Amino acid sequence: MFELFGTPLSSRLLLGTAQYPSPAILADAVKASGTSVVTVSLRREMAGGRAGEKFWSLIRSLGTRILPNTAGCHSVKEAVITAKMAREVFGTSWIKLEVIGNHDTLQPDVFGLVEAARILCEDGFAVFPYTTDDVVVAERLLAAGCKVLMPWCAPIGSALGPVNSTALRSMRGHFPGIPLIVDAGLGRPSHAVTVMELGFDAVLLNTAVAKAADPVGMARAFGKAVDAGREAFGSGMLEPREVAVPSTPTFGRAVFS
Amino acid sequence: MRVLVKGAGVAGLTAAFELARRGAAVTVADVRHGRGGNASWFAGGMLAPWCERESAEQPVLDLGRGAADWWEAVLPGQVTQAGTLVVAPPRDSGELHRFAGRTSGHRWLDEAEIARLEPDLAGRFRRGLFFPGEAHLDPRRAMAALHDKLVAMGVDISFATDARQLPGFEHEIDCTGMAADDGRLRGVRGEMMILHTPDIALSRPVRLLHPRFPLYTVPRANHRFMIGATMIESDGAGPVTVRSMMELLGTACALHPAFGEAGIVETGVGVRPAFSDNLPRVEARGNTVAINGLYRHGFLLAPAMARQAAELVFADEPMELA
Repeated sequence: MFELFGTPLSSRLLLGTAQYPSPAILADAVKASGTSVVTVSLRREMAGGRAGEKFWSLIRSLGTRILPNTAGCHSVKEAVITAKMAREVFGTSWIKLEVIGNHDTLQPDVFGLVEAARILCEDGFAVFPYTTDDVVVAERLLAAGCKVLMPWCAPIGSALGPVNSTALRSMRGHFPGIPLIVDAGLGRPSHAVTVMELGFDAVLLNTAVAKAADPVGMARAFGKAVDAGREAFGSGMLEPREVAVPSTPTFGRAVFS
Repeated sequence: MRVLVKGAGVAGLTAAFELARRGAAVTVADVRHGRGGNASWFAGGMLAPWCERESAEQPVLDLGRGAADWWEAVLPGQVTQAGTLVVAPPRDSGELHRFAGRTSGHRWLDEAEIARLEPDLAGRFRRGLFFPGEAHLDPRRAMAALHDKLVAMGVDISFATDARQLPGFEHEIDCTGMAADDGRLRGVRGEMMILHTPDIALSRPVRLLHPRFPLYTVPRANHRFMIGATMIESDGAGPVTVRSMMELLGTACALHPAFGEAGIVETGVGVRPAFSDNLPRVEARGNTVAINGLYRHGFLLAPAMARQAAELVFADEPMELA
């Protein structure tokens, strides 16, 4: 059973809750995907204190675990304040930590990320850091107290899929015992299959489902893809080779040349 | 038949019209002290059902496609039927394909065709989408004209009035939006601005697609441009935030750099009433009919909702169109 911070989870797909055509479609997509964790942003929806309460209660009613995030935070201080507020609003110490370094590409500010992760881990948070695929940064995050890592596979919302499989493989190899969740950059179910086949523990995505023509159908497709990739990883895939290998004996030839 | 309409926003006034034209004696009561301040006041006024279909479900297109004709018939001269232009910066051209694939009623334009439609955008965008069947109006002028028309039809419109103190009506139409007593409603905050610049002229609403900061601008009289609007899951009606203002203004300048020299005439914040499927509802309970959940489609969907409400009220009565 897949576990995060001691919580058993039935699905290895984590789903974001932004940009859906309506909350009703979001709820249907969550159900169709089979996900057991959804992420929700506080930053955008909090104009005027707790004015986003109605939307948050819709999120709570989805019946999944909630992983609040600090999307849109550009400084350590902002991220720490948002995390504390999220803990209060959703009654959970889980936090997906984003510290954005570039407004345009939404690339993480890994220096601020390590700093914010240290502060929040000391404060008892279960930190899910949104980071790059850099192994040294990952080590610093673990030293800061993180127990889970969430590397990107491409920039947020880009739908490019895994652009650097070598780096992802290397990350998997470096941290065999750490839950690794690919966060950001997935565009289609085949991307999710690919990273799951590499041995990643889970994927987190939002735009690829929310902006699909049929978010509910796409959510279901991603749910299946994640399961397929995981099962393939655990079932021992064939290594590719350069010549054909017939699966039935070849008749009529005495000598193979 | 005496009918009380609660709320003088676009849902209330269109309902009052549909009832009055069927012969009802209509009173409109609104707790506000005058026109303005409600969601309708901050609306864009785009009658753009095909563009909206990109993210909205099919009923929005079905219910909204007759809106421009309704407004033109009721308030001749208020509607501009010039279509909608949708563009995207070159690096976000994928957004144009995504938008085109999600809806219909459009054709592709190249750079020269964009320049013919909107000369001030010449050379700025390589491709665009044109929605020729769409229209726009100025919500504040339209509401003022509809108000005057209703008064001329004998409808009593009272502001600063608590409707509970007005007894003796056979039917009530609840058009109070976010103020309605309905736990299913949620608010979706929208921030908008009105800019003034004589340096740009546009003939129609223009939508600039962007994965994070999409923007539309609707030309108004006297070199003014309404730009909007954010979509935030919040019922907070506090002042526009710095972040939202920077996003709106940044995207406006991406549409045309001359917006950089425009004056900011007004900023506004409205809270759209929405149900969880973002679709409107007309519901009868006892002698009350409620119209609500018009979300970001007030001017687009109010005529169809008003007709449905009036038909419910007159379901058992002989009907005579005035």
